[in-house]
Amino acid sequence: MTERPLLPELLRANGISRRGFMKYCAALTSALALPPALAPKIAWALENAARPSVIWLSFQECTGCTESITRSAAPTIEDLIFNAVSLDYHHTLMAASGTAAEEARLAAMEANYGKYLLVVDGSIPVDNPAYSCIAGISNLEMLKETAAGAAAIVAVGTCAAFGGIPHANPNPTGAVAVGDIITDKPIINVPGCPPIPIVMTSVLAHYLTFGLPDLDELGRPKAFYGETIHDRCYRRPFYDKGLFAEGFDDEGARAGWCLYKLGCKGPTTKSVCATVKWNDGTSFPIQSGHPCLGCTEPNFWDNGGFYKPLSTPAGDYRRVGLAAAAAGAALGVAGGLMGRANKARAARAHEAVDAHDLEKKS
Amino acid sequence: MTATLERGLNALREQIDAPVASFFTTCVSCGLCAEACIFYKETGEEKFTPIHKLDLMRRLWANEYTLLGKVKSLLGLGEKITDADLAEWETLVYDSCTMCGRCTLVCPVGNDITLMIRKMREGMSAAGHAPKELVGAAERHSDYGSPMGDLHKALKAQIAHAEKETGIPIELDREGADYMALLSAQEIAEYPGVLAAMSRIFRKAGITWTISTEGFEATNVGVQLGNRDVARTLVSRVVAAAEKLKVKGVISPECGHAYQALRWEGPNLIGKTYDFEVVHIIELLDRLRAEGKLKTKGKDDTRLTFHDPCQINRRGGINREPRNLLGLVAENFVETEDAGTMNWCCGGGGGVGANERAADLRFKAFNRKKRQFEAVGAEKVVTMCAYCHHTLEEQLEEHGMEELEVEGLTELLAEYLDDED
Amino acid sequence: MTNPNFDLLMWARTTGFDIALAIMVGGILLRVVEIVVLGRKKDLARPKGNPVAQGLKTIFTRSLPRKGMVKEAPVTYVGGYLFHIGFAVAFLFLGAHIALITDLTGLGWPEANKALIETAAAVAVVALIALAWTRFSNPVRRMLTTFDDWLVWTLSILPLVTGYIAVNKLFGDGTLMMAIHMLSAEALMVAFPFTKLMHAVTFAMARYYNGSIQGRKGAES
Repeated sequence: MTERPLLPELLRANGISRRGFMKYCAALTSALALPPALAPKIAWALENAARPSVIWLSFQECTGCTESITRSAAPTIEDLIFNAVSLDYHHTLMAASGTAAEEARLAAMEANYGKYLLVVDGSIPVDNPAYSCIAGISNLEMLKETAAGAAAIVAVGTCAAFGGIPHANPNPTGAVAVGDIITDKPIINVPGCPPIPIVMTSVLAHYLTFGLPDLDELGRPKAFYGETIHDRCYRRPFYDKGLFAEGFDDEGARAGWCLYKLGCKGPTTKSVCATVKWNDGTSFPIQSGHPCLGCTEPNFWDNGGFYKPLSTPAGDYRRVGLAAAAAGAALGVAGGLMGRANKARAARAHEAVDAHDLEKKS
Repeated sequence: MTATLERGLNALREQIDAPVASFFTTCVSCGLCAEACIFYKETGEEKFTPIHKLDLMRRLWANEYTLLGKVKSLLGLGEKITDADLAEWETLVYDSCTMCGRCTLVCPVGNDITLMIRKMREGMSAAGHAPKELVGAAERHSDYGSPMGDLHKALKAQIAHAEKETGIPIELDREGADYMALLSAQEIAEYPGVLAAMSRIFRKAGITWTISTEGFEATNVGVQLGNRDVARTLVSRVVAAAEKLKVKGVISPECGHAYQALRWEGPNLIGKTYDFEVVHIIELLDRLRAEGKLKTKGKDDTRLTFHDPCQINRRGGINREPRNLLGLVAENFVETEDAGTMNWCCGGGGGVGANERAADLRFKAFNRKKRQFEAVGAEKVVTMCAYCHHTLEEQLEEHGMEELEVEGLTELLAEYLDDED
Repeated sequence: MTNPNFDLLMWARTTGFDIALAIMVGGILLRVVEIVVLGRKKDLARPKGNPVAQGLKTIFTRSLPRKGMVKEAPVTYVGGYLFHIGFAVAFLFLGAHIALITDLTGLGWPEANKALIETAAAVAVVALIALAWTRFSNPVRRMLTTFDDWLVWTLSILPLVTGYIAVNKLFGDGTLMMAIHMLSAEALMVAFPFTKLMHAVTFAMARYYNGSIQGRKGAES
């Protein structure tokens, strides 16, 4: 590892000033919800850490996560982070191909066994491993093999973290998440479809400087998945005032009112979209007038329809309700007729009395 | 035949219908009916809560008239009704309820509790749990024509007396008369002055009327007992008499439950709509007033108040009529609190007045009226029910208020009748 | 990997809701049809007033207390009104609830703001507590109170409390609290046909019968 250039050299090589680097470290510190005093420590760690080997495996995915992490705005700070690590295998980004590429992976694994960081995007088909293979190796096999020597795994994107779209009903490939297969390694889930670039790079930075971040019960770093979008949404005041867009082109939509009734999943979706935003802090889905789809949550594709409000039933209740109504009415008729029969029986049993029959004669 | 638990439950079963089912389904056990009940208000005993008096009926309904209850019963979960239950409830259903109907008007969900008490009594009486005084009255009424026994002689004597007093003949069993008047036993025995009063008013108004010797008794202990067989027998006599005499109308006298029995229950008891009209005497008098056929002169200047009989006003709908008439003759008319539709019962209705066991309750219940009369400083109480009249006099005496005079409205009107030709 | 909180929410929105709706709708129809089919005898007495008109009128007029009655049982009356109004406002005017009603019926109306909804919910909760207190302290209500009353009381207060907690994220996971709120409402739906909650439907029948019986006689109701 000693032959790998350290960060300061890379900074110089990329023409990034010390000020720019420190600014980035401060942004990271704040994104990770760490005390500002820790910014120099992050800078120090990034500057002095030996570049660990990173192996990035892509399974059933759309390359959106890679697109996201590489398409960050200038200056290419996120790119920089890649330079802080040794990305030894990433089949979209690496120059090598074919046998050479696989050899690079095996070589990196061997050289850094037990120390490398494994990043995975995409889900793993388990119904029939042949659904997704790389160089003749099934995703399942490659994941197991590569995970065995990893120090930790970062499951990037909802597919890797929770199964994502391939996992969506009817899940034809039997897609599962990394965590469903690997249970003996620390896994950091960084869900999102795709995740926000700075969230991915910050998680990597945190891993490099402080090790594993604090994770929630779904394995997500609490710093980025601790609050719901609804809690931080700039449209929240409209929700509280009871002002809702009812359609995509109505007065409410134009006025920027809350999108709850258009199916916004903000209230149940934990992510920093509303604060960190996308495209260098430009906007996020709700800001551009579309409800949150809830992409950082498991099964987001199947959770009752993107445009159905959270408070509405998501099943086929009309059929059930009609059947129940019919059954209830039928039972009601039966019950009523039973009552009438009971009454008729009583009327038949009625023997007319006169005033002398109203005492008990024993 | 003898009364048995099974006969009682059978009779109760016959009474359950959609209204009853809707009432029990709807009850939220808020207890507001108690706040309307004179027996609860004047004693503070929670067992007098009206809906509680119907607990057994509710049980029967739940067990036998709801699918869910039926399933429960099949599983052995439904609570059965025993003779001991009926015995326990007897005093609640008969002694502490005059069927005054206040609870029915107060119930926020609209339960006609009074109607259900009436129905409950059907079961109680058939099971042999009716007060003995009411059973005795029913026997006398059935056998001799009036709850007090045979009043034919007394009636004739009173008619003779009235004819002598007024100089106007009262023709018995006159076919084709406009109206056939009925009387309550209480009037014949205690307040016969009403005969002369009617005689004078009707002559002046140009109305022909008669009294049938075959059906003159207006009261119907059957509806108080809660026994429709008895009630039917008694009401049939009046209907037969009216049909025989081919009258246009039958005058229901100043008697509360008689009006209920004759006007509202009667057609349902005999199973057909009457061919004749039933009109309460006060209704008729107000009609005459409106037509200008009832003229008075002079006014009673005592401080006078009016007692609304429950069955005639609250449960009979005759509210404005007596007030219109009082307007003619009362100089100093004052209304008590809650007068009119929400008037408080005298405590004697619904058979409670005849029930010896209920004497103490009746006495306590009257405290309400006593306070109300005192509050307005009444010198005279006018009413339009002979039994209210009787109860008021009885209770005023027991409460040491004998100086407060009670009078029937018809008689009061007759006193000021302008009948000079 | 799944989110158990979200799965619970989804269960509440799918299977849970379907079960609750089926029981509530089927049960209400069962009980209402049962009453209607039982029927009543035609009244043969010649009417003096208009039974149908007065029956219909009484459905509405009985919503007001009769003169002088409020002072006889102030907690029950005032508490009763405040609970019903508070519950109705909180249920009918929260945006999320209107979305539900729109989904069910196609009807919709303007939403109220959070402050009003929460005030209404708080008023309803306080009213329920006061009503519970009279069930302990007043001998009449103590005697009349059964398990059914406490069950309904609990099922009525839970959606109010859980809704407040869910919206304000007082504690617990927001998604979980929302699921619990929905489940509490579904419990209310399930209990509906089997308890006195039925009054919310059959009050109209009872009042109609009361009004028509009185109306036939030309008497007030």
